[in-house]
Amino acid sequence: MILTWFIIILMAGGILAWIAEKWNADLPRWISFLALSIDFVITLMIWSQHDFISVEPNSVWIADYAVNWIPVFGISFHLAMDGLSLLMLMLTFFLGMLSVLTSWKEIQFKIGFFHFNLLWVLAGITGVFLTMDLFLFYFFWEVMLIPMYFLIGIWGHENRRYAAYKFFIFTQASGLLMLLAILGVYFIHGNVTGTYTFDYFQLLNTPFEPDAARWLMLGFLVAFIVKLPVVPFHTWLPDAHSQAPTAGSLILAGLLLKTGAYGIIRFVIPLFPDAAHDISKWAMLFGVIGILYGALLAFSQTDLKRLIAYTSVSHMGFVMLGIFAFNELAVQGVIMQMITHGISTGALFILAGSVYERIHTRDITLMGGYWKKAPFMGFIAIVFVMASLGLPGLGNFVAEFLILVGAWNSTHILTILATTGLVGATAYSLRIMQRVFYGVEIKSNHAFEDLSLREKLMMVPLVLVIVWLGFFPQPILNTSKIPVMNVMEAQTKPKKENVALDKLNTNEVLKGDNHE
Amino acid sequence: MNTIPVESGLLLAGILFVLGMISVLVRRNIIFMLISVEIMLNAAGLAFIVAGSRWVQPDGQVMFIFILTMAAAEVSVGLALILQIYHQLKTLDSDAANRMKG
Amino acid sequence: MKELLWLIPTLPFTGALLLILFGRKLPRFAVSLIGAGSVGLAALITILIGIDFNSSSENSFQQVLWTWIDVAGFKPQIALHLDALSLVFIFVITFVGFLIHVYSTEFMQDDEGYARFFTYLNLFVYSMLILVLADNLVLMYFGWEGVGLCSYLLIGFWYLEEKNGYAARKAFIITRIGDTAMAIGLFMLFKAFGTLHIQSILTQAPQTWTVGSEGAVMIAFLLLGGAMGKSAQLPLQTWLPDAMAGPSPVSALIHAATMVTAGVYLIARMHVVFELAPLAQMWVGIIGSLTLLLAGFSALTQFDLKRILAYSTISQIGYMFLALGVGAWSAAIFHFMIHAFFKALLFLAAGAVIHLLHHEHNIFKMGGLKNKLPAIYWTFLIGSASLAAIPFVTGGFYSKDAILWLSLAGEKGNVGFFLAALIGAFITSVYTFRMVFVTFFGTEKTHVSHPAGNRMTMPLIILAALSTFAGFIELPHSIAHVELFSDFLKPVLPAITLQEGAESKEWIVQSIAVVISLSGVYMAYYFYIKKPELSDQLKTSSIDFHNFWFSGWGFDKAYDTLFVKPFVFMATINKQDIIDKFYDELVKLADFLHRVFSWTQSGLLRWYMMGIVIGAILIVTLSLLVGN
Repeated sequence: MILTWFIIILMAGGILAWIAEKWNADLPRWISFLALSIDFVITLMIWSQHDFISVEPNSVWIADYAVNWIPVFGISFHLAMDGLSLLMLMLTFFLGMLSVLTSWKEIQFKIGFFHFNLLWVLAGITGVFLTMDLFLFYFFWEVMLIPMYFLIGIWGHENRRYAAYKFFIFTQASGLLMLLAILGVYFIHGNVTGTYTFDYFQLLNTPFEPDAARWLMLGFLVAFIVKLPVVPFHTWLPDAHSQAPTAGSLILAGLLLKTGAYGIIRFVIPLFPDAAHDISKWAMLFGVIGILYGALLAFSQTDLKRLIAYTSVSHMGFVMLGIFAFNELAVQGVIMQMITHGISTGALFILAGSVYERIHTRDITLMGGYWKKAPFMGFIAIVFVMASLGLPGLGNFVAEFLILVGAWNSTHILTILATTGLVGATAYSLRIMQRVFYGVEIKSNHAFEDLSLREKLMMVPLVLVIVWLGFFPQPILNTSKIPVMNVMEAQTKPKKENVALDKLNTNEVLKGDNHE
Repeated sequence: MNTIPVESGLLLAGILFVLGMISVLVRRNIIFMLISVEIMLNAAGLAFIVAGSRWVQPDGQVMFIFILTMAAAEVSVGLALILQIYHQLKTLDSDAANRMKG
Repeated sequence: MKELLWLIPTLPFTGALLLILFGRKLPRFAVSLIGAGSVGLAALITILIGIDFNSSSENSFQQVLWTWIDVAGFKPQIALHLDALSLVFIFVITFVGFLIHVYSTEFMQDDEGYARFFTYLNLFVYSMLILVLADNLVLMYFGWEGVGLCSYLLIGFWYLEEKNGYAARKAFIITRIGDTAMAIGLFMLFKAFGTLHIQSILTQAPQTWTVGSEGAVMIAFLLLGGAMGKSAQLPLQTWLPDAMAGPSPVSALIHAATMVTAGVYLIARMHVVFELAPLAQMWVGIIGSLTLLLAGFSALTQFDLKRILAYSTISQIGYMFLALGVGAWSAAIFHFMIHAFFKALLFLAAGAVIHLLHHEHNIFKMGGLKNKLPAIYWTFLIGSASLAAIPFVTGGFYSKDAILWLSLAGEKGNVGFFLAALIGAFITSVYTFRMVFVTFFGTEKTHVSHPAGNRMTMPLIILAALSTFAGFIELPHSIAHVELFSDFLKPVLPAITLQEGAESKEWIVQSIAVVISLSGVYMAYYFYIKKPELSDQLKTSSIDFHNFWFSGWGFDKAYDTLFVKPFVFMATINKQDIIDKFYDELVKLADFLHRVFSWTQSGLLRWYMMGIVIGAILIVTLSLLVGN
């Protein structure tokens, strides 16, 4: 039941914030912040109380909640949480709180509606991370899409309409393919077993014809790699990121991209282990292309937010490489990468937002020399620029190193190419530092002040978290250990289609029989 | 009784229909277009009658009566529309009523 | 006492942390106290631990602080490993580091980024200590990248100048290329051994690999790649001369004494792997000898005082690589230590000269400083003598002589290596004394603002003493039988085996070396004091050569055209993202179809009629055709 509360608090908070605008302009901000911090505290409590290591592998689910929704079609309202979901939720609520804080000064019209959209996006994301029913999953997938469209389209920068449409069409079109794939899984499972259901656990061991499995898997995969995004489906991202308001960019980069990675780990690989294995080489290749291509493009950008957006493309390439390397090291690295990238890129977007608030431009050719006036900001920027180029001691290094060590087991050439991506990362990351903080200040009419108390309140926790993750990543790795092992187990099992078919045909006779 | 061959009847219906159709296509005056549509309807009706008498079935005549009623209804609605068009556009040229294009 | 090992890196780290938090609010005095004090304390503990270590019978000491990562058998720990090799390094780092910190308190006293400077410097000392104390390669990589970061920050310390930022980025990116190779080496090592714990690798390697086996050679080459980047060896040497954009104490600490020798440390630390890969080890020697020659020739032509020293550093590290390449492990480390002393001394003295001459870098605009700045002159002279390996009285003579001798007589040595080292030694003494004569002799060309203070001269004097007397702990056999240093390192680094019957020839090699270095000094004297016009004639007659050497053998230009420009070009033309064009075209196609269909919606009644008729005719015709 606690799982439902996560979503209810956010949705109710959103509606309340919308209404509350009538009374006081700041009230929606406080309501949203409160709603998110309640959720955050709950996740923290669960995290600190639960023992993630010594549990039995089959009791990985911390909480599970299911009620019938549309029983005729086998649709249920089924939420469940394991370590992976919990980590993602903590990230969601943490970045959610920051996104409220970062909009405090930036958003000055339709405040209530803004926070309504903000909380509903987050509710959608929460739902995506929790749901164990494919129909419900698709529902939440759409819930997070539409408010995001409004966030970009209403509060965005000069080219917001175009960006919002592009974002919407890309995700919607790929989402429809996923819907088709979901229905495909539903009917095939129904045909084979006689029970028509959307429930994740029941669908898990559905036997597919290899051809059908491949097409269905691609249907899911397209939706996820568009979100992730993987080159060549990335072009919505720079536009959406650069045009969205700071909070929007933060949520896009920090959370929406992660739903793609989460989807691959949670659905694509467990549902279609063999089909996923067949395309793993190609998937890793596209991951590496993303790393290098994203780095090249990031280097050439002059729009600060666009530059950061392309670094996300590059970093998400590591996620793709890691997931399809199919070993525990790499996938653990991927989970680290999802968290650390959310924090470091989120922080860079907040910084970009702060710079924009001061000088009203995102063009880095018009910036320079701000270290002198804003040394604290410069220090924060150094930390996150270094995080983005993978400096050891910060969380991103742990993630990338684990991914690369793991990937080396599957592919040598691609790992080498991915490692050279680190040089590219150095080039584009240092370019941010040089253009914004080094050099002589370009005279402008705007006073450039150092970070305010509110901004410090955002940046200092981010710095602490990224450093903490760099030196003590083990608690996080422990939390996701068993879910990752379960996913990998599905992968390393021998080809099981026929075995599963046998089991289904002869039903309970074979129970307990070591047929394999 | 000396019956008219079916072919002649159908030919007549066909000629009438094509004539009506051509005048719908070439006429711009909207009243003439309406009249041409009526001719086409009657051509179809004639074909029904001919077919009905060929197989000695009442269905053909039933259909003709049905067409008559429909034509009457159509004319009344059509004339009302034509009045409106004339009222709005001060012309009976059908090409002038193209504000819904594109 | 050894239990305090963790304090050594922690102290500078705490210093850096305090300075980050409160640096801008503290008075300069407190900043100096935290900055220099924390390193001084670390140096003190190092000395105490060193004494304790020397008197105990154990050869190494482990201290596990906590487990860093533990995933699927990949279990690097935050753990420190102390043995003779790391002890030498931490001694140099903390002690020389402390002297440079003291020097900086005066050198930087008018700079507005005073606290920031000490923050970076402390952070650097911390990272460097982690690098040499790490007990596994991942932690070492942490220190490795950490020093890279500090080097970047300190080269770009005066960030207002565009070119400093450029030099800083260049240094970071080029060393990162080497680091990438090293990282791949680490992946391979983990695959081969299932661990990155250094000592486990060193014990398991001989059992896993035979001499010359492919895995060992590949890994050794990749590690060498990392070492080349950090230690500015061919072909990744181009960043170091530009790195002189940083303040002089930084050049002394990072770009002469410590960080740039990290590559030497890495190879010495992983010496077992290199011994199993003779091909890679030979290439260490080849790269070292090529680098020492190339950098030496470039140093001959420079006129920026710090750039001369930078090229000289590259060249001297080339000597260390040469020593590593012939398996003279302890000779390499010995030269590292002596070099750290005299090169830090030279950089600090050069920094003092530049500082007192209002930031004048050009040696031809100096001159006649001998009498104006006696303390600096004498210490600089001692340092130069050590660099030029003036026989018998300098530390540099003993350390370099060992390398010269072993490059010929060592089991893996040969005449080629020896000749390279010999020519290098000659060039070294020429450019060294060219620098001394031009800077300190002759007529005064720039006015000295004020004499150097105590906090600047004291470190110079201490370093001068060290660079002279530290040489006496290891003397060649032909002179006396003192082997304190190599005995000390023996538990970690194996002694070199000589070629048979070589022992007796040692004095011949030494006499050649003595003659060579002295004649170099005389040549510099002849060209720059006795007949100064000769050097100008030489320069004009061979201006092409001069320019070629001056530009560092054209490496910068070549890299610029081969890598930088194509990369920037590709990035620039693709700024709008070619893939997005595809989607743009898709949008255009949809738009075009939209226009076509909306054109049919003409609003003409007769047009629609025609459509219906044509449609009907088509359907009828089709059904007739299909029906038959």
